[in-house]
Amino acid sequence: MNRLRLAVIGFVVLATAILAGHGAMAGDGRPALPQAKGSVCVEDTQVMRRNHMDLLKHQRNDTLRQGVRGGKHSLAECVSCHATDGADGKPVPVTAEGQFCQSCHSFAAVSIDCFSCHATVPADPARTAIR
Amino acid sequence: MTDTSRRAFLQGTAVAAVTLAPGLTLIATAADARPAGEAASPKQRWGLLIDTTKCPAECTACIDSCKEEMGLPDHGRPATDAQYIRKVSVKDPASGKTVSLPVMCQHCAKPACVDVCPTGASMKRADGIVLVDRHICIGCRFCMMACPYKARSFIHEDQTGQKIANPRGKGCVEGCTLCAHRVDAGEMPACTEACQNRGKGAMVFGDLNDPASEIAVRVATEATTRIRADLKLDPAVRYQGI
Ligand code: HEC
Ligand code: HEC
Ligand code: HEC
Repeated sequence: MNRLRLAVIGFVVLATAILAGHGAMAGDGRPALPQAKGSVCVEDTQVMRRNHMDLLKHQRNDTLRQGVRGGKHSLAECVSCHATDGADGKPVPVTAEGQFCQSCHSFAAVSIDCFSCHATVPADPARTAIR
Repeated sequence: MTDTSRRAFLQGTAVAAVTLAPGLTLIATAADARPAGEAASPKQRWGLLIDTTKCPAECTACIDSCKEEMGLPDHGRPATDAQYIRKVSVKDPASGKTVSLPVMCQHCAKPACVDVCPTGASMKRADGIVLVDRHICIGCRFCMMACPYKARSFIHEDQTGQKIANPRGKGCVEGCTLCAHRVDAGEMPACTEACQNRGKGAMVFGDLNDPASEIAVRVATEATTRIRADLKLDPAVRYQGI
């Protein structure tokens, strides 16, 4: 009995140590997310936390299949607000360690494939096309 | 509609177009940008008219600008590298006359790629632009086999540095989008702009359904050809001089 109790306590201590060493945490145990540009998100923060995946899927169909542009829930727009600038002044990909989308998804054990295709940094203001 | 009544109908539009012609400005820009939130409409049918007599074999302005606009890298493997436009040289064996024509997705009204797609990823937008919805493409490549124009490419390797306008990655089929992102913003496709600015002005983009547009006027009054017209897929890309 005592041995079991010891094992349980040992496990809890170990787990806490692992969790504490794993990335930055906000005080309430959620991952600390980098500050976004602007002051509000495209929907209420609570709505975004719960429903951003559904909003994105609707937007994706509307834009690609219907041709609707300028949508509120555009993925390119998420990136333009939620990507941060690195020390060198260049934008850091939203999929990089500790960045907005990555840190929360890694905390929640979610993996998304969107950024195998979609750009992970905002638009370069200078359009460089050779036309 | 029988063939004859269709011809009469076409002649009718031709006359209308001619009377409209004097008021035309021959700038081949698209219509205005579609307002945010509005879907593409079947009122439009976007198309291209390519005059091969103004398309020198050595000019690659359309291809270069396409690769830049869509972020298509060169892996040095022309057989498998993604290409949305390629220059095809054709020779009349009887006369020896050769012409060079840029071939891209022909944005067919009855696209074979859409017919064969098992997931609905191959699709035609309301305004006639044929696209791959890469979100549901499983990479089976039936569309590539069905397309008589060899217009689509399969992506064999992981991609980096994609353009925002053209998200693209391994395992999907892709092809010319007629620059849907630019058309929606009221601009012409990158190839057409490059052809007009840096080439010889062989390409014209516009709305085939708008009788006052340069493309519709020319299609109604000049001789134009569609490649593999015998297949009756009703392409939106027309050629002259072949
Ligand atoms: C295989 C490549 C690929 C993958 C993977 C992919 N997309 Fe896309 N996505 C595209 C293409 C191509 C477009 C069309 C871009 C255009 O026309 O502007 C697009 C457009 C969109 C749009 C509309 C444009 C915008 O930026 O708002 C949304 C939203 C979107 N995708 C969401 C997603 C989400 C969410 C995921 C992950 C679950 C995802 N996509 C994964 C290729 C991809
Ligand atoms: C105009 C800039 C802007 C855009 C565009 C934007 N966001 Fe946000 N987002 C913010 C800001 C600012 C916050 C923080 C709001 C707060 O503190 O209450 C935020 C918060 C969030 C949160 C909650 C984070 C948390 O604290 O738990 C999620 C999730 C989120 N955004 C996802 C997205 C997604 C997905 C998109 C694209 C559909 C998007 N955002 C587009 C600015 C933006
Ligand atoms: C507050 C934490 C949080 C943030 C920040 C966040 N996500 Fe998520 N996301 C989640 C959770 C949790 C899920 C899984 C929900 C589920 O499985 O029901 C999820 C799921 C998704 C999915 C659906 C995955 C699937 O396979 O169905 C997409 C797409 C997505 N997120 C995109 C984004 C993007 C893009 C960003 C950055 C702009 C982002 N998320 C930021 C928590 C977050």
